[in-house]
Amino acid sequence: MADLSYDFVGIKTPNPFWLASAPPTDKEINVVRAFEAGWGGVVWKTLGEDPPVVNVSSRYGATHYNGQRIAGLNNIELITDRPLDVNLEEITRVKKDWPDRAMVVSLMVPCEEDPWKYILGRVAETGADGVELNFGCPHGMSERGMGSAVGQVPEYVQMVTEWCKKHSDMSVIVKLTPNITDIRSSARAAVRGGADAVSLINTINSIVNIDLDIMAPTPTVDGKGAHGGYCGPAVKPIALNMVAEIARDPECQNIPMSGIGGISNWRDAAEFISLGCGTVQVCTAAMHHGFKIVDDMKTGLSNWMDSKGYKSIDDFRGLAASNVTDWNQLNMNYDVKALIDQDKCIKCGLCHIACEDTSHQAITAERVDGARRYEVVDEECVGCNLCLHVCPVDDCITMVEVDNGKPYMNWNQDPRNPHSKAAE
Amino acid sequence: MGGIADVAAGRLSADELSKNFDDMYPALGESKALIEASRCYFCYDAPCMEACPTGIDIPNFIRKIQTGNYRGSALDILSENIMGGACARVCPTEILCEEVCVRQTQEGKPVTIGKLQRFATDWLMASKEQPFERAELSGKTVAVVGAGPAGLSAAHRLSMLGHDVEIFEALPKSGGLNEYGIAAYKLPHGIAQEEVDFILGIGGITVHHNKALGRDISLSELHEKFDAVFIGTGLGAVRALGFENENIKGVFNAVDYIAKLRQSEDKTDLEIGRKVVVIGGGNTAIDMAVQAKRLGAEDVTLVYRRAPEDMSATHHEQDYAKLNGVTIKHFAKPVELLEQDGQVTGVRFEYTAKGANGALEGTGETFDLMANMVFKAIGQVFIPDPATNSTVSLEIQDGRIVVDENGATSVPGIYAGGDCVYGGEDLTVAAVQDGKVAAHAIDKVLR
Repeated sequence: MADLSYDFVGIKTPNPFWLASAPPTDKEINVVRAFEAGWGGVVWKTLGEDPPVVNVSSRYGATHYNGQRIAGLNNIELITDRPLDVNLEEITRVKKDWPDRAMVVSLMVPCEEDPWKYILGRVAETGADGVELNFGCPHGMSERGMGSAVGQVPEYVQMVTEWCKKHSDMSVIVKLTPNITDIRSSARAAVRGGADAVSLINTINSIVNIDLDIMAPTPTVDGKGAHGGYCGPAVKPIALNMVAEIARDPECQNIPMSGIGGISNWRDAAEFISLGCGTVQVCTAAMHHGFKIVDDMKTGLSNWMDSKGYKSIDDFRGLAASNVTDWNQLNMNYDVKALIDQDKCIKCGLCHIACEDTSHQAITAERVDGARRYEVVDEECVGCNLCLHVCPVDDCITMVEVDNGKPYMNWNQDPRNPHSKAAE
Repeated sequence: MGGIADVAAGRLSADELSKNFDDMYPALGESKALIEASRCYFCYDAPCMEACPTGIDIPNFIRKIQTGNYRGSALDILSENIMGGACARVCPTEILCEEVCVRQTQEGKPVTIGKLQRFATDWLMASKEQPFERAELSGKTVAVVGAGPAGLSAAHRLSMLGHDVEIFEALPKSGGLNEYGIAAYKLPHGIAQEEVDFILGIGGITVHHNKALGRDISLSELHEKFDAVFIGTGLGAVRALGFENENIKGVFNAVDYIAKLRQSEDKTDLEIGRKVVVIGGGNTAIDMAVQAKRLGAEDVTLVYRRAPEDMSATHHEQDYAKLNGVTIKHFAKPVELLEQDGQVTGVRFEYTAKGANGALEGTGETFDLMANMVFKAIGQVFIPDPATNSTVSLEIQDGRIVVDENGATSVPGIYAGGDCVYGGEDLTVAAVQDGKVAAHAIDKVLR
């Protein structure tokens, strides 16, 4: 059976599944329940300076999709609204009671050295394994010069990271905000600041819905709304890309990563790990279904690893990262054509209308003895995959490689490229 | 022996009866409708649409349920089928739209199109809106004979197109089979009349009740007086078994009994036998058998002379009858009504089999079923006399009116549709389509 345990920048964890810094990790009662359910670790909800922040009533908005709840979730909740001492006392107790689990504490204080020095000292007394610097929250705290207001300025990221490394022996994980143009800038700043790891992504700035009756965004607080942080399954693709960008950036020097962003099951987790993450952090899926989901995450990942022959996390960690490349490195001579399995086809015609209306007019709609028949016109098919994605039947449409005997040739080598070497 | 007689009313309490004759299926709530609507793939060239006799754009109306555009959804339905609410409940969707749903092909579980249609049309009916407007008035008036699905559909469309309509209906209420002929649990409460009111709500339509063709009005009179005539009388007569003692006590036409049942307020006044035999294989037979059971009959046996697949009642209907405790026997035909003192006591059946040439033959073996009540449901026939005996005479084939694809009869200016025409499908939805098509044909001629 696969070994799910992992040593993440010195933080030992029995499995790679951590709960992200968020409401599920705000209190001892929640965290103990999570550990009882089997989570490998938690990032305790962000601690700040006393007096604690005050939260508003009405905090979450959600994107439901075709009757499925919470494709995406956003929130306007701030950091912990409990006194620092209460949190530290609970962290100390929980770590003592659950020594085998990873205890990371998320922090956010004003962008000055003293407050960071002070709080790092306090956290160190709890026995926590590490700290995560919350440079990500895009709402509320950013208006006070914290959260993403720091994360969006690489110089601040580097500076605060340096303070933390200077004033603490604990592992320092820098949590990155996706609300930037190029994630690599802030990741590189964290690397320069001496961060042990980065975690990403924090939530994305968002308005999830407008209530068309009251003409205000949701969640609505007495008729008004503010932008909030978006998370959940909908943000996973954005997170994966940002993880991949860091993974393949030489300046990021293979900095360890903890993946965050819409991870709901073992498969999502495996994808983040395959791009180089050592641990993953979960929030929305737990907030939707409770802590029990970790059971499927652990057994699912373990079973999949067994089926692939991977004995440890490191056996497959990062394997997909090397296959993430720039567009100009893709093989221009690679050619696939859609093939419809007529026995599996249920005659919905979605492939035809998608191709006909919006793509390449490469799927015909015919009637053969009165029966509907959809066929690919190979000469017109560019191998775009759209039909495969709209087809509701698994494996009914497959993309078949055309053996054209041509060698690998990327865009830089392509004579059709006016700037290619071959064209010169 | 004391207790309840072999034939008695009130076998069940008023509460039980009201439960038994309430909606056979609960309406979809909003969240269930959304989930069900989301199962629709929004097919291109959707098979369901082709299977719908009225050609409703089914994927389009379902998508509008998905997005909360309920009004748009209902209008998609009602603009093709003004009785979309009734059809959502009574259509044999399992042999129409839902049979060909690609979800059926894929997973044996079609999108429940009928229930979704009901969701959308119920929404509009509840809004009390009258969404259709009349075109500029033409000054023409069309006579419609029969206020059933075909006639009401024709009348509504004619009114929309700007013509005035006068409907002549033999019975005291409009609605035809929706009001008098379909099982109460399929169209419970006042649904049939609400739909009639909705249809007439467009204006320009006058209904004359208790006016039967051939009795109170003649076809030649209508032909002369109106700019066009549409006949949608349905089928007026019931096939007989052909026994000499067919009129003894306890033997009924199922359609008559159902009509009485439909008009009965709380159904405690309806006499039903302890043992009931229904003869026939169509929807009327099924409706009769199930309703007999729901009135409290102890044993209800439906006997059909051929195989299950030969029944015009769908498999779904047969299953529903069985679920309700009806025993269905196939391959047996009645050969004698057993009686005592002028009251039916049973039916003697002869087993049948398909002969070498496929023809049905009696095997000579018989069995008796005890019965306190016997219902005949072996089909209805059109009474062509009023359509042929006046100075205008319509061409008739196999006892029904011959029409072309526009519903035009052999006599110019006279159109027909629904069950009374040759080649009719005996479906509410087909009658609605006939009325709609004929209305457009009439409109073309009148312009």
